[in-house]
Amino acid sequence: MRVPLNWLKEYVDIDISNNELARKLTEAGLEVADIQIIGGSWDKVYVGRILAVEPHPNADRLKLATVDLGNRQWTVVCGAPNLAVNDKIAFALTGAKLIDGHTGKLEELKPAKIRGVYSEGMICSEKELGISDNHEGILVLPQDYEIGKPLTDYMGDAIFDIDITPNRADCLSMMGIAREIAALTGKPFRMPDLSYQESGKEVESLISVEIQAPDLCPRYCATVIEDVKLVPSPKWMQDRLTACGMRPIINIVDVTNYVMLEFGQPLHSFDYKQIRGQKIIVRRAADDETMYTLDGQERKFKHNNLLIADAERAVAVAGIMGGLASEVQEHTKTILLESASFSQAVIHRGALALKLGSEASSRYEKGLNPELTWYAAKRATQLMAKLGAGTVAKGIVDCYPGKPEKKPVSISERDVKRLLGFDLTLGEIERCLSALGLECEKAGAGAIYAYKPWWRNDINCTADLVEEVARVIGYDNIPESLLSSPLPTGEGSRLFNFRQQLREIMAAMGFQEIITYPLTSIEVLKKLSPEGELKGPAPLKLENFMSRDLEYLRNTIRAGVLSVLGRNQRNRDNNIRLFEINKAFIPRAKDLPKENEILCGLVDSVVPDNYWQSKPKPADFYYTKGVVQAVLAKCGIQADFVSGDDPSFNQACCADIMLGKTRIGVIGEVHPQVLANFDIAEKAYLFELDVERLFSVASKPLVYKAASKYPSVTRDIALLVDADVTYDNIQTALKKFSIVTEFRLFDLYKGKQVPAGKKSMGFRLTYQAADRTLKDDEVDGIQKQILALLSKEFGVTLRS
Amino acid sequence: MLDQLEEVATQANAELQKASSAEELETWRVRYLGRKGQLTNLLRSLRDVPIEERKAAGARANQVRNTLEAGYTAKKEKLDSSTTVSIEGDKIDISLPGEPIQIGRFHPTTRAIKEICDIFISMGFQIAEGPEVEWEYYNFEALNMPAEHPARDAFATLWVDYHTPTGARPMLMRTHTSPVQIRSMEKIKPPVRIISPGRVFRYEATDATHEWMFSQVEGFAVDKNITMADLKGTLFEFARRLFGQDRKCRFRCDYFPFVEPGVEIAIDCFMCGGKGCRLCGNSGWIEILGAGMVHPEVLRGCGIDPDVYSGFAFGMGVERIPILRYGIDDIRLFYSNDLRFLKQFS
Repeated sequence: MRVPLNWLKEYVDIDISNNELARKLTEAGLEVADIQIIGGSWDKVYVGRILAVEPHPNADRLKLATVDLGNRQWTVVCGAPNLAVNDKIAFALTGAKLIDGHTGKLEELKPAKIRGVYSEGMICSEKELGISDNHEGILVLPQDYEIGKPLTDYMGDAIFDIDITPNRADCLSMMGIAREIAALTGKPFRMPDLSYQESGKEVESLISVEIQAPDLCPRYCATVIEDVKLVPSPKWMQDRLTACGMRPIINIVDVTNYVMLEFGQPLHSFDYKQIRGQKIIVRRAADDETMYTLDGQERKFKHNNLLIADAERAVAVAGIMGGLASEVQEHTKTILLESASFSQAVIHRGALALKLGSEASSRYEKGLNPELTWYAAKRATQLMAKLGAGTVAKGIVDCYPGKPEKKPVSISERDVKRLLGFDLTLGEIERCLSALGLECEKAGAGAIYAYKPWWRNDINCTADLVEEVARVIGYDNIPESLLSSPLPTGEGSRLFNFRQQLREIMAAMGFQEIITYPLTSIEVLKKLSPEGELKGPAPLKLENFMSRDLEYLRNTIRAGVLSVLGRNQRNRDNNIRLFEINKAFIPRAKDLPKENEILCGLVDSVVPDNYWQSKPKPADFYYTKGVVQAVLAKCGIQADFVSGDDPSFNQACCADIMLGKTRIGVIGEVHPQVLANFDIAEKAYLFELDVERLFSVASKPLVYKAASKYPSVTRDIALLVDADVTYDNIQTALKKFSIVTEFRLFDLYKGKQVPAGKKSMGFRLTYQAADRTLKDDEVDGIQKQILALLSKEFGVTLRS
Repeated sequence: MLDQLEEVATQANAELQKASSAEELETWRVRYLGRKGQLTNLLRSLRDVPIEERKAAGARANQVRNTLEAGYTAKKEKLDSSTTVSIEGDKIDISLPGEPIQIGRFHPTTRAIKEICDIFISMGFQIAEGPEVEWEYYNFEALNMPAEHPARDAFATLWVDYHTPTGARPMLMRTHTSPVQIRSMEKIKPPVRIISPGRVFRYEATDATHEWMFSQVEGFAVDKNITMADLKGTLFEFARRLFGQDRKCRFRCDYFPFVEPGVEIAIDCFMCGGKGCRLCGNSGWIEILGAGMVHPEVLRGCGIDPDVYSGFAFGMGVERIPILRYGIDDIRLFYSNDLRFLKQFS
């Protein structure tokens, strides 16, 4: 909100610098985002008077103006339409810094020849002086400004741009800010006199108010102004509105805006003639009731909308927008002025449903104290009278069914100590609260009761009072201490650490971490199957999505990872290995979706294709399996790889990763059609592991096993095996011999040297016993048993 | 006799200096210390020296022998150790590029989260996490933001298409990490010190400074006698550890519905030192944290008596830290996953 300091000075004396004031306000919660100094660059701008206006010899639209600055006269070229002899104007000498009317930038005024005539200065518009955006004509100054005086003697201001938090609707006003400054600087606040001469009829004879929905409208004040004269408001009022960023319109509109800026209370004026039955009724809308609003649109309402009606029909949407039929127009003779209080919720709901936000509705939504209405009504009526805008009726109609109970909130020395961490005496607490306008009274030993002032709506509990105290004391003055309370017990951060370990091992193996969006589209998910079908559980949909690409919660994370590979291959990046740890969302009935955390890895090549010492090595299944096994080893897990049928993969090269009967992941060569769907060239291998399942196994306690003290014996054997016997078949058999502590496949051969339909598998077996040194003949015996078993189960023979 | 000794010593020392190979050194050894070497001969001739001279000459002769022997050993070691180095033909081009061993990197968000959490963990906080798809209750109501609360306007929400039989629409993508406060306090009783990193989502048009998905770290501590001074001390300490011990911190009142009193913490701009620049929007300060004392209604809602217990809570944006630190000018770079961006964060 734009806050001109000159206006604030009407209510409070300010004797500190702008920067210090900004610091204090910001510290107290009213963040000053910017200070605009008006007149800061006016050191060569003076009050002048136009002595003569003559036509420009070479241009029809330009004129030559002679300007008197008292000590000297100047002739300048000017194109403004409102040049008038005798008018007082703001005159800038060369060297003055003015805002360029076209570029909007501050520039130094230079002497110039305009159409052959030398011009030695400039008569300024409001825009050139930085007062407003008005560049239609020159600024005309009041006649009582003295010729030759610097303009800053009469004008100029500092405009604070303050961000108001939603709890402080009272500070969306000059008086609100001024009260804060008074409390923060220890100065008194001056309430303006609101009295005025009442000359019209008794207001009750002109209008009556009935509130049928007191839960939504606690108070409604109304006054009537007759014999209205619609003329522009005086300059001082226009200047203030302009400084606050509002456009002056006409006296009665300007008065309502002025009072809203001054008190924070929105007002609305009706054409009294259009209010039928001399009656205002505040009521809920009937379902499907309609009305034309000020913007010319027909609106349809529901029962939860609040309307202002007369005896016959709706005339305004309460707190949001007036009705077209009751709009004040040029011929309006009598005005009904509304100053009312509405519930936050009804305005918020209404503005949202009707897609109608206004300055008034945004204030009501934040919550205004109903006490404000009466003061604002009085002020507006007073200003109408003062401006001669009409004859004001006697009294104010005040319908107040929702007067809130005066509720005390208690605060004690202990409360302050307990929440702020330092000692304040009750006297000091009371001083802080009183400075902000709270009434305080004793509430037994060590405590006081505080009552919130009529303009505040946000003080309802002890913690609120403690904040008020802290604001006045200054947040800067709160001491610093470190936590001294006992340390919490409990599980700590184990899953987080586990995830971090997974990231570390993936990064150590050369994988780059990525993070992708959880939202996707059905089209992208369909790319994961070669047939273009949606696989897996039906994904959850959003109700209000931002775009079609972000309509569904993904049920798998692999689509995102594949998309990233495709995109980066386009950047000619080779040798890409990616991983992501993220969530897939699996819908559940009547519950939040299950968030499956998955580690997904993707490999497109292992060695880059341009190193002088080695050949490029494309990705393959066994490299990727090695990565998975390394991750599993890090977790202390031995899993089984079982032939799988996940449709995203080449079915000849795909495995489920099993822990007993539980599937903890999948690995394989991505199906060529799926690769094509994601614009990926050549082959790529992908795996997924379920992080929570890994964690639950990895976190099982470890038991130490002593290493054998006795030497081991290694033997190499070459087996001739049927081509369809798998490594796993052999492995399972070997594992039955506990004395074989380790076995490794060091050679696998198919070709001329072995018969057709066979393969040769070379194993290195390590034999070791825990309690003795193995003798050669014992090892020979075991090896015979192994061969016998392999021969019996798989027809394996020893290759000679 | 003594003169002869000195002459041999000087000559032997000079030659030892010059010896540059194992062969030369061996020749030298034979010449002076060998069985028929010059010094050996001199020692042998000692017995012909008159008795009165013999004592002094003997002593000197032994001294010279010790010196030469020590010199020999030292030289031998030196030559031995250098022989392995320079066989001309084996010299390799050490400037050729090494094997391109690929290093993986963490996403910059992961790094920032880790860095933030590590500081709090060192202060006794523990990590808790919550779901990214949340109930409206945890995201808003329990945090003192009932329906129609004006502060909700700051959280443009992505709603899940899920309706209860009564027509309510209670499921959403969490707009902040604060629901974890509620979920944690429902489960664990004080003392609690929780830090909770996670992703959050807003219905938002994206541009260089706005992204619909971003990360936050939430934290809170609840126990008897936790004060705003503890909040200030803890979070200032955090800010200094993260941004440097000589950073100045600003502590000012701010408003969040789930805390009272509310606080915003800023540090003086490390680009301009507080004078005002583009980075800090000319204010000299960079806002890093929102915080406050947990609102009594929030505590009560979690079954914790606000008259007995108190606590502070805070939240911060994560991407902001690498953005500030590395001068990243577009937040959309974080989740577009262009490796040319990601690879810069080693």
